[in-house]
Amino acid sequence: MSASTAALSKQRTPLRPARILLHVFLAGTALAWLAPLLWAILAALRPYGETSTKGYVSWPDKLSLDNFTNAFQQSDMLHYFGTTLLIAVPAVLLTLFLSSMVAFYVSRFDFRLNLALLLVFTAGNLLPQQVIITPLYRMYLLVDLPGITMSGKLYDSALGLVLIHVAFQSGFCAFVLSNYMRTLPHELTEAALVDGASVWRQYWQIVLPLCRPAMAALATLLSIWIYNDFFWAIVLISTGENMPITSALNNLSGQYFTDPNLIAAGALLTAIPTLIVYFALQRQFVSGLTLGANKG
Amino acid sequence: MTVTGNTGTGTGTGITSTPAATNPTPPPSGHSETTWAKGRGEQVPQGHRRLLTHRDRLTLGLMAGLPTILHIALVWVTALASIALAFTTWDGIGFDSIKWVGLDNFRELFTNNPQFWPAVQHNVIWLAVLILVPMPLGMFLAVQLDKKIRFSRVYQTAFFLPVVMSFAVIGFVWQLVYNPDTGLINSLIGANKPGHYIDWIGDPDLNLWAVLVAASWRHTGYLMILYLAGLKGVDPALREASALDGANEWQTFKNVIFPTLRPTNTIVLVVTIIEALRAFDLVFVFNKGAEGTELLSILVTNNIIGESSRIGYGSAIAVVLLLISLAVIIPYLVATFRKERRS
Repeated sequence: MSASTAALSKQRTPLRPARILLHVFLAGTALAWLAPLLWAILAALRPYGETSTKGYVSWPDKLSLDNFTNAFQQSDMLHYFGTTLLIAVPAVLLTLFLSSMVAFYVSRFDFRLNLALLLVFTAGNLLPQQVIITPLYRMYLLVDLPGITMSGKLYDSALGLVLIHVAFQSGFCAFVLSNYMRTLPHELTEAALVDGASVWRQYWQIVLPLCRPAMAALATLLSIWIYNDFFWAIVLISTGENMPITSALNNLSGQYFTDPNLIAAGALLTAIPTLIVYFALQRQFVSGLTLGANKG
Repeated sequence: MTVTGNTGTGTGTGITSTPAATNPTPPPSGHSETTWAKGRGEQVPQGHRRLLTHRDRLTLGLMAGLPTILHIALVWVTALASIALAFTTWDGIGFDSIKWVGLDNFRELFTNNPQFWPAVQHNVIWLAVLILVPMPLGMFLAVQLDKKIRFSRVYQTAFFLPVVMSFAVIGFVWQLVYNPDTGLINSLIGANKPGHYIDWIGDPDLNLWAVLVAASWRHTGYLMILYLAGLKGVDPALREASALDGANEWQTFKNVIFPTLRPTNTIVLVVTIIEALRAFDLVFVFNKGAEGTELLSILVTNNIIGESSRIGYGSAIAVVLLLISLAVIIPYLVATFRKERRS
């Protein structure tokens, strides 16, 4: 095949001008893509007084982080990062724990119910949330939990949000993990089974550790999704103080965030944690999105 | 190949396929005789049964049972409750005030609600735009970035950045762009003066398209990533053969690459349909789903957090949304799982 590869390399060498053109196109498109974000950053860096007199398309006299510090302090953003963590961390851990158990069940044993079970989970995750919100909202108002949550109900509590996140997301995770576990050789657990290891031990000590890459990818995805959640929080939380940050932002704009520049700063601040997670765990995030989209 | 949705923060959907190629051999358990175990309706093959102790089976029952109960209670029971409540009126106070009204809610919805048909129309437009713009654009970008060019990572990140951010933040960012007085667009074209004033957010003829630009902006990056993953599955030998035959770039794409992207296209289409049905956050932040941007999801939600909480009526709108969703979900899952069973 050496002759053909030689011929190939000759054919493959890109025509220079074409390549340059491609780079120009891609760079231009990428810049256009970033423009709205750059605009928001620029607005956030300029004091409102200056932009309101000179207009937004003007040479900035002064760039400062004042809007960011003001947005952070006035809105008590630290508190909202706290409420978000309180929801996201348990939700991510619980989702992974529960869905990995379901996945273990359907992928390592061949019970008759497996396919139906997996179908239920997968389909449940594909429904638009608005299909279930009306009864869910009523259910949350009806469930009394005196002393367990601040509100005394499932409604308006972190627990309520955690539960719906877990219920909704475990469909997706159970599906991904069951596919992943199916690729693990059966000999791994067969031997343990014969030796009399309990199923719990097979799951906890053999299968789960092998699923680490998939779990890491899912944990990254879930963290970003749950952090970004907006819908559940605005419907199922009524007290502004209990809101996670993304919906709090909506609540705060107009109340503390008075001018567009301050709103821009506030919005960018809420996006920072997701961006950090994405840049730190880029590979996990993308592989989570495309998990198994190509074989192998 | 299967797609699954997500929380509906619209943050994308994950994708999986059963790696038929790498499928391990099925467990060596006899399927001969099966017994009903614990009345839970599962049939345990003999091979496993002999090895699974009582305690093991109880453990397994709990392992699968607890998550299933949670999922079914919060997702499926509520979905069924939506269907049941759609035929009733209820003020939410006490169960005895639930009254059966048959199809009244639907009748009112289809004939009397000035927002319903526009909402359906907007959902359809939303879907059409997402199919016509981000799909080809995402594919095109993926094919270009797949060429092992320099800075590919940088470009990818630029296109993908919007996917990482929440729809709410995106809504705020685009508000700044579209703001009629101070926004980027009107400042650049000078359309923020009286007499020559374009209200991108408030004008009902414009605002849907304005939001759709933002939605497409985000969706393109997401689809690009999916297509890039799909392109990794293209056999390099095929490309080489095609190049050897003297095919040019377009011919190679048309005859070699595009056909292998078929499964990816299916997934992308399903993801896009679900995304179009779920669209909510962006519009809500942008202009609360006011005139011009009504969507089914917005109507359902307004019924809850709005002034009038008409449970039966809100459920009826949800049922319409459910039926459209199921029309997509069921055929798709049936096809997927049938394939899996064969493999």
